[in-house]
Amino acid sequence: MAQTLIQKLWDRHLVRSTPGEPDLLYVDLHLVHEVTSPQAFESLRLAGRRVRRPELAIATVDHNNPTRGGVEAADEISRKQMATLAENCEWAGIRLYGLGSRQQGIVHVIGPEQGLTHPGMLIVCGDSHTSTHGAFGTLAFGIGSSEVEHVLATQTLLQQRTKDMAVNIEGELPPGVVAKDVALGIIARLGVAAGAGHSVEYRGSTVRGLSMEGRMTLCNLTIEWGARAGMVAPDETTFAFLEGRRHAPQGALWQAALEDWRTLASDEGAVFDSEVEIDARELEPYVTWGTNPGQSVPVSGRVPEPHGETDERALRYMALKAGTAIQDIALDRVFIGSCTNSRLEDLRAAAEVVRGRKVHGRVRALVVPGSTPVKLAAEAEGLDRVFAEAGFEWRDAGCSMCLGMNPDILQPGERCASTSNRNFEGRQGAGGRTHLVSPPMAAAAAIAGHLVDVREFGLVPA
Amino acid sequence: MKKFETFSGVAAPLDKADVDTDQIIPKQFLRRIERSGFGPFLFFDWRKDPGFVLNQPAYAGSRVLITGPNFGCGSSREHAAWSLEDAGYRAVIAPSFGDIFRNNSLKIGLLPVHLPAEQVRALLDLAQEQPGVEATVDLEAQRVTMGDLSYRFQIDAHSRHCLLEGLDEIAQTLRLEPEIAAYEERRPAWLPTIPA
Repeated sequence: MAQTLIQKLWDRHLVRSTPGEPDLLYVDLHLVHEVTSPQAFESLRLAGRRVRRPELAIATVDHNNPTRGGVEAADEISRKQMATLAENCEWAGIRLYGLGSRQQGIVHVIGPEQGLTHPGMLIVCGDSHTSTHGAFGTLAFGIGSSEVEHVLATQTLLQQRTKDMAVNIEGELPPGVVAKDVALGIIARLGVAAGAGHSVEYRGSTVRGLSMEGRMTLCNLTIEWGARAGMVAPDETTFAFLEGRRHAPQGALWQAALEDWRTLASDEGAVFDSEVEIDARELEPYVTWGTNPGQSVPVSGRVPEPHGETDERALRYMALKAGTAIQDIALDRVFIGSCTNSRLEDLRAAAEVVRGRKVHGRVRALVVPGSTPVKLAAEAEGLDRVFAEAGFEWRDAGCSMCLGMNPDILQPGERCASTSNRNFEGRQGAGGRTHLVSPPMAAAAAIAGHLVDVREFGLVPA
Repeated sequence: MKKFETFSGVAAPLDKADVDTDQIIPKQFLRRIERSGFGPFLFFDWRKDPGFVLNQPAYAGSRVLITGPNFGCGSSREHAAWSLEDAGYRAVIAPSFGDIFRNNSLKIGLLPVHLPAEQVRALLDLAQEQPGVEATVDLEAQRVTMGDLSYRFQIDAHSRHCLLEGLDEIAQTLRLEPEIAAYEERRPAWLPTIPA
């Protein structure tokens, strides 16, 4: 019977399937970070259990580490959490890319970067943006700490099979419109809960045309419309990205893997539980105006009239009036970073806009590379100087102001254009106001001092 | 996990859609390495507003939260479920839940009760009209009762069984070791391994 990619990936990880019970799935790679793992390790130890397959896990510090000044800049409680991760990894025998490591970075950046994320895998992490790894044609989703403990103890996970949804995106992206805008456009159309209970396969010519970085951005934001897993079938773009990376297969194994990976596509005639069609030519650069990622409009638009209490509350929180032109919204801060948009391609796209210009006097702007390797590669091509000369702060790798667990936070009332993934109330700091945008849009906004259409800014080649 | 037993308690109405886990427990509390003690930080920022529903005396000590669709969307932080549980909640009633939040809740014995939107609406209205009204949640019978309202809810048989028996899922899975080991024999050789 014709199968979807989602079904194929699910089936190849089945350890056990019993009617009336959740499936038992085998986990190929478990990504571990400091925030959602300490309770899992503690509970494991208290039960007298061990980590079944420590060599199928990797750990890093990303959520609460400072992005300047190293570990000394962290407060005591953060230092303790990072030290606890180190102790737990030592106890369990799990490789840790801690602060100071040349491989350290945001967990969803370093997996692909190190060649650990292959097509056909099942990858989990105690972090909702684990969907990022789906860009490689792999089943990847976020789990809670109890499930982290289950994976540590058994290398498996109990899961109810999800429904599958196809998002078919066709057509060439207009100039100035990037993967982030595709994702925001999808969420604007479908709402923040449309994907609940589903895994998603992104298909179509637009998706095929995206780089791996773009596909990662698209899959990353899948959770923002409620689906735990988003994926793209692997193709030559995927294989070219992976070949030669540290943990990619080599020689005969590479050839064997390739042969297998080429079977990872939805079969002709495979039936999805639901399908959505998106015309890429209708997409524009998007800006969120509210407090969830579905509350967005094209940058050429205006803050909409509220429909219901959720919208009204969002407008009050964001201190915005319906009818205000998006480009009249002045900014205090700009953040370029996060597991959504902190890869080398994102930094290059932002630097292209910034080159030779100055950050507006009112704006404090921050670039936080997604990983130490991204940082070093960006510095090797001089991007750090482009940003620094324009007045951006150039920082060390981490999640940083995406969620403000470290010292990088918005002050109450501050307004920020951010390349991150969530504009929830208080997400970037209590009372802070977040407008989600793409990296080029964030860069342009930093220079203009307000939200601005990067296309009309004369920076993006038509 | 403790066995889930039928209980009655005050039902608090949080009449909002898309309540994300950042609101349930803000990030600054995620730096703690403990599993307990998150209750005082539940809805930390919203609680600063004296008018916030959970600040009303009538809802003090509430054990059931009635709320809007897509409750617990966003971040996977299990701290959200822990904070509700630590604050005394045993069940959350909503038309729908974020998938990860729902899973997390089930793992710790906090019951996500899924009811049709119109039934949740009726429960919300009743809890607002009669502040302090109690709800009874019976998982065995799959029924929520509040005043004159009584609704049967659906839950998958496995989750219900685990909650009622207070099962340790890891112990259950560890019994399947031979099947896990057999699967491991079949894994392709090119899959990555990372020595410590």
